[in-house]
Amino acid sequence: MPNFIDRRLNPKDKSLGNRRRFLKRAREELKRTIKEHVKTDRIADVDAGHKVPMPVGGSNEPTFRPARDSGDREYVLPGNREYTPGDRIEKQGGGGGGAGSGAGTGKDEDDFQFLLSREEVLDLFFEDLELPDMIKLSLKEAVAFKPRRAGFATSGSPTNINVGRTMRNSYGRRIALHRPGRKAVEALAEEIAQLEAEMSLDTSKRQRLQALREELDGLERRRRRIPYVDPVDIRFNRFERQPLPNANAVMFCLMDVSSSMGEREKDLAKRFFVLLHLFLKRRYDRIDMVFIRHTDEAGEVDEDTFFYSTQSGGTVVSTALEEMLNIIRERYPAKEWNIYAAQASDGDNIPRDSERCAAILNGALMRLCQYYAYVEIIDERETEIFGSTDNGTSLWRAYRTVDDKWPNFQMTRIARPSDIYPVFRKLFARQPTMQFRS
Amino acid sequence: MAKSATSQLLFHSSDWNFKTLSRAYDAIETIALDELGLNVYPNQLEIISAEQMLDAYSSVGMPLMYQHWSFGKRFVFEEHHYRKGHHGLAYELVINSNPCITYLMEGNTMAMQTLVTAHASFGHNHFFKNNYLFRQWTDANAILSYMEFSKKYIAKCEERHGTSAVEAILDSAHALMEQGVFRSRRPPRLSTKKEQERARERLEYEEQTYSDLWRTLPRSAERPNPEEAEREALERKKVLNLPEENLLYFLEKNSLILEPWQRELLRIVRVIAQYFYPQRQTKVMNEGCATFVHYTIINRLFDQGKISEGAILEMLHSHSSVVFQPTFDDPRYSGINPYALGFAMMQEIERICNNPTSEDRDWFPHIAGSGQWRETLLDAWANHRDESFILQYLSPALIRKFRLFLLTDQRNEKYCEVAAIHNERGYRAVRAALAKNYDIGANQPDVQVVDVDLLGDRQLRLRHNIKNGILLEEKERDATLQHVRHLWGYDVSLIGIDAETGKVRYECATA
Repeated sequence: MPNFIDRRLNPKDKSLGNRRRFLKRAREELKRTIKEHVKTDRIADVDAGHKVPMPVGGSNEPTFRPARDSGDREYVLPGNREYTPGDRIEKQGGGGGGAGSGAGTGKDEDDFQFLLSREEVLDLFFEDLELPDMIKLSLKEAVAFKPRRAGFATSGSPTNINVGRTMRNSYGRRIALHRPGRKAVEALAEEIAQLEAEMSLDTSKRQRLQALREELDGLERRRRRIPYVDPVDIRFNRFERQPLPNANAVMFCLMDVSSSMGEREKDLAKRFFVLLHLFLKRRYDRIDMVFIRHTDEAGEVDEDTFFYSTQSGGTVVSTALEEMLNIIRERYPAKEWNIYAAQASDGDNIPRDSERCAAILNGALMRLCQYYAYVEIIDERETEIFGSTDNGTSLWRAYRTVDDKWPNFQMTRIARPSDIYPVFRKLFARQPTMQFRS
Repeated sequence: MAKSATSQLLFHSSDWNFKTLSRAYDAIETIALDELGLNVYPNQLEIISAEQMLDAYSSVGMPLMYQHWSFGKRFVFEEHHYRKGHHGLAYELVINSNPCITYLMEGNTMAMQTLVTAHASFGHNHFFKNNYLFRQWTDANAILSYMEFSKKYIAKCEERHGTSAVEAILDSAHALMEQGVFRSRRPPRLSTKKEQERARERLEYEEQTYSDLWRTLPRSAERPNPEEAEREALERKKVLNLPEENLLYFLEKNSLILEPWQRELLRIVRVIAQYFYPQRQTKVMNEGCATFVHYTIINRLFDQGKISEGAILEMLHSHSSVVFQPTFDDPRYSGINPYALGFAMMQEIERICNNPTSEDRDWFPHIAGSGQWRETLLDAWANHRDESFILQYLSPALIRKFRLFLLTDQRNEKYCEVAAIHNERGYRAVRAALAKNYDIGANQPDVQVVDVDLLGDRQLRLRHNIKNGILLEEKERDATLQHVRHLWGYDVSLIGIDAETGKVRYECATA
């Protein structure tokens, strides 16, 4: 007689510790590669491609292993059909391939690549990043409600009566209070009728009839006193109004496309916009994008035009801000939309327009926007000069005043692709709770 | 009539319960012990779920295993493939221990449970208990408590020294696992009680004698007498017992930087590697033995009227898919199936003993027609490993049946050449080559410690004896050397010397 043991009820996840150790290792690896991806030039790929093969570096298990392509070997294979001794088979062909797999030892496991979904990639990518003003105003004054069943209530509108629950209460009450049933009353009435039908009644029967009549009378009174359905029985379905969070966001991309913005500047700006879009996509169900380009006049364009066509002319930044304001008024009421804006520029502007820009921002736009990021793209040589000073273009100086006033306004300078990610992180780093717009 | 026939059946439906399991077990046991003459450890059958099977897979099949990320990696890998449906799970898993533990999957049908019980609890179990490699190199009585000890010990180390410190040592030790076995020398038998005692004593001694003062002494004081030092070094080299093939053993005993607990970790990894070494040398025989046993037993059960036709058909269906051997040009081909080869060879032995042809009489005069197939098989199971078994028992008839052929692959040629096929002139060559392919010791890279210059830079010198010109994967080699360096503490160099010509093929070192 063997010893049977049922292990199925043993605690599960015996290898949970191992898995956790492995994922920790993989996570560190992945974070490193993703950082590199962003720094070099493949952020667009991250967005497009859905899976990223796991880098094998740190999760590799090296051993002394025979090199596949060296040395003399002998293979014994089954299923010879036409070969005779002396036949030659080309190495790349079927025979050689089969032979190769016959000789490999433990080859499979290290070829294994760990696939991450796009979601996981982005989660890693945006780790520690938090939208600055996540608790959106409109979350509190939620615009849409959805009724949700939430138990029962003793009051409500007649259409919401829950019949089952009500009848159950009524039945219980009737039993508890001994309400006479219909059958008992009918039986009594019938007996009375029978007695009454008899022609001659002796005393005992007459007395009995009398007693029965009194009893019937008592029962009927009791039935009247204890109603079939009493108001205390009635239950209503209760509904709660569940607020629907505002899950819409609109992202405004503003860019200077005048001739001073070269290929390099546009490319940098695009990267920044891509990052912002990726980031928002993770937070909101629906994101609209509005592209506004401007020279000395501004216009809304589609994405391709925005990035790839050129336009000549001067530079009047305020036109773009006005255009944005118009579009918000027309299509994106701030009550229903989370509004994000990112502006990229090389900082050129016609004289005295910068003050106008600051005035528009201070006056109207910053009240409407959830977040406004200004990125100034500068020459690499200028990094040293402008490093972190307040000096700079007229637009930069004007925006400094806005920056001081509004916590949801951020500005920074970018010179190289590798700057973008750190800058992006800085702009969107978890910040102490910010002031809400009033 | 019909009623009495059905009442003999061990089970009727495909659902199993512990009563039918135990009834089937008893019937199997009778056949296995009385008719086949098997000699087994007491059995312990454990029912597990699919997830637990995955757990067992990833911790190299041991019920108790210390924690390491590589097992987690294996788990993710297995689970990924399982969920995608690339492969199913094994029906059973058996552990070479006393009592012999067999895991049965809860999802198996009763017919499958019967098959698996015969296969694992008797086939594998008999092989574990009787094969000389297992008898010499593993200790079935001690392994479970040793694993428990090692698991607890490593968990304690993690608590004491931090997970990453332990992981770093284990990573390095795992890299040398293949070089952590004694191939020719028999290792000392492990006894867990003594083992634990020793580890504890070692730690306690270190702790008691530890004095922070020693650390402050200047390290390499000028030696007063160079000749004496020289002599001392020679002495030490002799003590080191070089050359040494077991790198983990060498590092455990002689590393200059490891702390006692780190040495103990190396020892644990080494002991486990050694425990699994016989299994790797007897894959064909072990599976062949188990398959032959289950096949014989289920047929006997059917003959005795103890299992229904439906049940035996189900068993035969899974039996035939287990012993299926695709040909080399088949997309499903992935090497020779050890189940197929082992089972066919053992059936062949039975045939040769009972109904030999004249060819068999020429090739196997000592067993042909003897009729003693049971004794022959029991003897083969006890005294062979794959290499010697194939070399001795692979018959020409089987070579023809499998249509085996030998392909030579010279490093400088663009072609592989067919050297021998299944004909009179080719049998011996095919047989010898196949046997050689199963010689694990000969096929693994032979890396040995040859010298340590303890007086000088303390560089550890390793030598790779290159056989058949097969070099090492360079990237992996360098990474592995880094691991050796990590354990040794000083630089490590590796020199590759061609075993035939004695020429140096490559040299490399950690810098």
